Amino acid sequence: MPTKPLERPLSPHLQVWKWTLTMAMSILHRASGIALSVGTLMLVWMLVSAATSPDAYECFKSFATSAIGQIMLFGWTGALFFHLCSGFRHLLMDAGYLLTIPQAERAAKIIFIVSIALTLAVWGMLKTFQGDM
Amino acid sequence: MMHNKWEDTPFKSPMARARGHGSSHSGVHHWIRQKITAAANIPLTLWAVWAALTLGAAGADHAYVVGFFMNPVNAIMMVLFLLSVFYHAALGLQVVIEDYVHHETVKMFSLVGMQLAIFMLTVASVFSVLKLAI
Repeated sequence: MPTKPLERPLSPHLQVWKWTLTMAMSILHRASGIALSVGTLMLVWMLVSAATSPDAYECFKSFATSAIGQIMLFGWTGALFFHLCSGFRHLLMDAGYLLTIPQAERAAKIIFIVSIALTLAVWGMLKTFQGDM
Repeated sequence: MMHNKWEDTPFKSPMARARGHGSSHSGVHHWIRQKITAAANIPLTLWAVWAALTLGAAGADHAYVVGFFMNPVNAIMMVLFLLSVFYHAALGLQVVIEDYVHHETVKMFSLVGMQLAIFMLTVASVFSVLKLAI
């Protein structure tokens, strides 16, 4: 028999809180996860086109190497490293580490720095290697 | 005398209150799978970054990509990466939909549609890697 849900307290809406670093980390972890999910379409396109024909692959490659394609791939790399570092922090928190507010804020700053550094390093390496070709 | 909270609402059985609250005992299973795929994604992603750099540095022409996946180790790693990443994505997107979509019918169709889409992408990409590899 369907019953009317009980009136339960709701969690406060996002916009009533003053923004904090840990809150931004939580939201960015989720946002980067969604962006990465959508971004896998590029990877699937690459693999399916490569398996289809050289012409189909060239179509993918011309998009991936276009300005818009490169911006999307750069953004995807940034989201990937952020989600990777932030996810690593989540695993540490699950194990009982980094749970105090000062530790969490320090970890957040480290994650921002490391994920930006890794993104720039990978694209720097890619452009350097391509320059050698 | 002991006071039960459900007695505050007359004509409501403890079971009726329990149905409106509490665990459905499926969350832990979801959480553990999310964490196992997360842990697996760390080495697999590092491999994928190396693979992307290798392919990108070589100019990523078609013949090079085919040759790359003809190496069984690369094909196996790519399939593992795809399976772990898509499983992890489906679990994550499920929570996002459950959190933000409150209309029951829309929620159900969103969840089923998302999972079918992820399944389709997984099959398409894994099949493509196998076709390149063999």
